[in-house]
Amino acid sequence: MHTLTLALVNELNVGQQVAFGILALAMAISALRLVTTKNLVHAALYLTVVLAGAAGIYILLAAEFVAIVQVLVYIGAIVVLVLFGLFLTRAPIGRDQDLDNNQRWAGAVVALLLLGVLGVTLQRAFKGQHVAAKYLANHGSNTAAIGFSIFHDFVIPFEAASVLLLAALVGAVVIARRD
Amino acid sequence: MLLNEFLFLAAFLFCTGVYGVLARKNGVLVLMSIELILNAVNINLIAFGAFNNTITGQVFALFVIAVAAAEVGIGLAIVLLIYRNRQSIDLDKVDLMKG
Repeated sequence: MHTLTLALVNELNVGQQVAFGILALAMAISALRLVTTKNLVHAALYLTVVLAGAAGIYILLAAEFVAIVQVLVYIGAIVVLVLFGLFLTRAPIGRDQDLDNNQRWAGAVVALLLLGVLGVTLQRAFKGQHVAAKYLANHGSNTAAIGFSIFHDFVIPFEAASVLLLAALVGAVVIARRD
Repeated sequence: MLLNEFLFLAAFLFCTGVYGVLARKNGVLVLMSIELILNAVNINLIAFGAFNNTITGQVFALFVIAVAAAEVGIGLAIVLLIYRNRQSIDLDKVDLMKG
């Protein structure tokens, strides 16, 4: 069928595949280290690597606005918040052997079974389906399209999100303040 | 690119996060594992948005990011409160409701 389009897609594909492979490998290793490391501060830094890798994946999927928001909100705010949490709870700096509970093996079995089920299901459902390499050409840029969509189709969820953030702000102050 | 590459990566991150939530007993580490799970969902949303050629996936991912920010704020406030009352954030010791 579309020979020209397929050739273009194949050419783009090589670079994308290489980038995806590097990002996916870094994310997978960091995620595994995050849930197995004995050092709390290292865990926060591995989380940073996973979040940055996710931002890279978003760029691969031509979602540059979400990638920037990911860097700002996740790496800029949430990781810093988590580090504050670690230090305010006087986390032991350095190796701490006692971070896993006694359900570790049950947890590993559950996670592996879940991975197996998800893998088989996804392989059966979406085998051989492609994400178009250049799929968005609407309204000039992605960001404009997102803005239009949020303030046109998703106005009420947007307002609900702002109320949610206000509630979270007030709730966090109420929960954490000293009486 | 194959859609399944992204979905498998997200499934792997999701399962790693589930393992972290089940197997860790430090409250902050459990919160970090929840962030892993939410990120896996975001990757799925954006991959399916690209697959279906629609912007809605990205809008949903933005909403998930907003909810994750609210969640981690409240979660850390709760963890700090547990620490203040018990001088420890070992979740195995928070078992007052266990019969």
